[in-house]
Amino acid sequence: MPTTVIHAEKLSKRYRIGEHERYYTLRDGLTRALRSPLSLLRHSHHETFWALKEVSLDVREGEVLGLIGRNGAGKTTLLKILSRITRPTTGWAEVHGRVGSLLEVGTGFHPELTGRENTFLSGSILGMNKREIARKFDEIVAFADLEKFIDTPVKHYSSGMYVRLAFAVAAHLEPDILLVDEVLAVGDLEFQKKCLGKMSEVSKGGRTIVFVSHQMGQIRRLCERVIWVDHGAVRADTRTVEAINAYEMAMASGDAASSEGRVPDVARWEIIAPENGGARGNILETFGDVEFRFSWLVRGDVQKGEIGIVLRNSEGTIVWATIQTSLNLRPGEHSCSIAVPFFPVLPGTYFWSFGLYDGHQWIDYGQCYPELRVETPSFMHPQDQYRGFLNVPYEFKLQVSQ
Amino acid sequence: MDKSLLRWHLPAAHISGTLIRSLLYTVGVFSIPMSSVTHPNAAFPLRSCTIRIEPPRGLFELCFGEVWAYASFFVLSSGATVKIRYKQSAIGVLWVFLQPVLTMFVFALFFGRLAKLPSDGLPYPVFYFAALIPRTYFSCSHSSTTNVVVDNQRLITKVYFPRLILPISTALLGLVDFSIGFVVLSIFCVVYGILPTLAAFWLPVLLLALFTALGVGLWMSALNALYRDVRYVIPFVIQFWMFASPVAYASSLVPARWLYGFNPMAGVIDGFRWAITGHGQPPGLILLASFAAVVLVLLGGLVFFNRMETSIADRV
Repeated sequence: MPTTVIHAEKLSKRYRIGEHERYYTLRDGLTRALRSPLSLLRHSHHETFWALKEVSLDVREGEVLGLIGRNGAGKTTLLKILSRITRPTTGWAEVHGRVGSLLEVGTGFHPELTGRENTFLSGSILGMNKREIARKFDEIVAFADLEKFIDTPVKHYSSGMYVRLAFAVAAHLEPDILLVDEVLAVGDLEFQKKCLGKMSEVSKGGRTIVFVSHQMGQIRRLCERVIWVDHGAVRADTRTVEAINAYEMAMASGDAASSEGRVPDVARWEIIAPENGGARGNILETFGDVEFRFSWLVRGDVQKGEIGIVLRNSEGTIVWATIQTSLNLRPGEHSCSIAVPFFPVLPGTYFWSFGLYDGHQWIDYGQCYPELRVETPSFMHPQDQYRGFLNVPYEFKLQVSQ
Repeated sequence: MDKSLLRWHLPAAHISGTLIRSLLYTVGVFSIPMSSVTHPNAAFPLRSCTIRIEPPRGLFELCFGEVWAYASFFVLSSGATVKIRYKQSAIGVLWVFLQPVLTMFVFALFFGRLAKLPSDGLPYPVFYFAALIPRTYFSCSHSSTTNVVVDNQRLITKVYFPRLILPISTALLGLVDFSIGFVVLSIFCVVYGILPTLAAFWLPVLLLALFTALGVGLWMSALNALYRDVRYVIPFVIQFWMFASPVAYASSLVPARWLYGFNPMAGVIDGFRWAITGHGQPPGLILLASFAAVVLVLLGGLVFFNRMETSIADRV
């Protein structure tokens, strides 16, 4: 049984909001004190808001824990408390081991100093001592691919070089526990790949990582367990697949709810086949012989009509798309249907987009509601890192040839 | 010491903001081969340090051990600060002694030659310069410590380190300028034929200067973090304080001398002058009074700074 390295017990954090939120002045303080001396004794009646509400969690040694949730849900506040940047209002936590936190890229860089000097400076701010940095220095420089420019002041660096160096320093931190806020989304793709690889390497070395990201792809790849933080409280604390599915469902239905007052959809869509076998409204429970129907209104004559239909997953990645050209459309209601003999997509939430063009002239384009929910049985590999792109049903037969 | 002390600019952090957005969608499609993400059984030796995170409580939660643990950061950042300060302007180093030397000439001319204030039998240049060195140290370190917390707000909100490092490092960094001034003063002394006496054993009085600068700096940096208009008051206070200290005149002019010592700067300046030249009255009670005052200011400053520290990341 692995040891618990982070144990948090009912952590709460209250922030004050009010008229003096950003700026206190001595003058104001003094005038208030003179005008009503009694008000100093009373508790100030600032409006408060709880960024975190009784969050309890345990992280075991060697675990990679993902934190997900919408903006302002309290993920960063939680990281800030665990990395001791700010203190909780109530509750407590115990952290065993050296903590390295990476809430921003390039913390402590100074433009006047050379890459070499900044490496040492930034490393020391992140908690390494001089000897450790010196030992890792060559590795850091090689990782950032900056051998030639290491003695140039960083103010002459391109932004890409700057980010690479900053990342390289952070990636070579060797804490027992690494707290990472959404910083991995910087740098070019090649370098990001390198960083994610480095992170997994770190976790394989038995170190613990708590990782905040809005990119479910990254979370899937790195984490085995996910905590979903919502309105300052833990909403789910479970295996990655389940937590992400629950989160994506909630996000999608939240989107639909918030879109009620919006302009009418460009197109309506429905599942017309199979009639009863598995289809319920926008929910699809079958792999094959599916037919979707799209209906839309055309207002004027369209000579060289083009229709684009795109299916995206909840991360916005296009799963499938089609375009039909040279359509002659007259004003009025139109509909088309797309019959698909086989629909092997992963279970989850999807969105249809529909576009109407005249030649290359854009007429109407937009997302269709509601979302498409695919609830077919899963034929995926049970481990998340082997999750593929298709959900292909199969039969497995073992034969012994004698 | 200029205001840019210990202030790190992070222009690329702004640039990276747009990068983050544009890359948000692309990273999701990465495929990185990864056989196994974690090894639950990997025997990684747990380091013995355990940190307990709790709501702030009590008046006094000092952890000098922690400050010590961040010695590398302190040394490297101080080194960088000094380097930047003197690299940026050719006049940088020159200014360190030009400022007190010029002030000294003005003082020697007006207070000495024209007003004929007593100087305890010392030549005016030495008399004034010996006071101006600690006084310049105070005024510089105070004005830079005032802003040190606010100027480092980026750092404070993004990474943990014992905040106490900030005022401590500014107070210590001022000693660099101080030593340069000290060398110049020694030259003056030699020129005027004033050689070290047994009084030089009083030189450790300089520690008092360091603690005074630190104690007052703690108050000012914390106050300035809480109330942003404090920085406009500080220059006036520093000016006022100089005239309340025996810079332009000898402390022998002051009637209740030991009471005067409760101004810690008085004790430091008097003691320093005595230690360097051996002229004037040996500092006795005045130093004791200053010492008491410094202890009070320093302890109060630590408590106040500590109170502020717990909420600083939420405020700045």
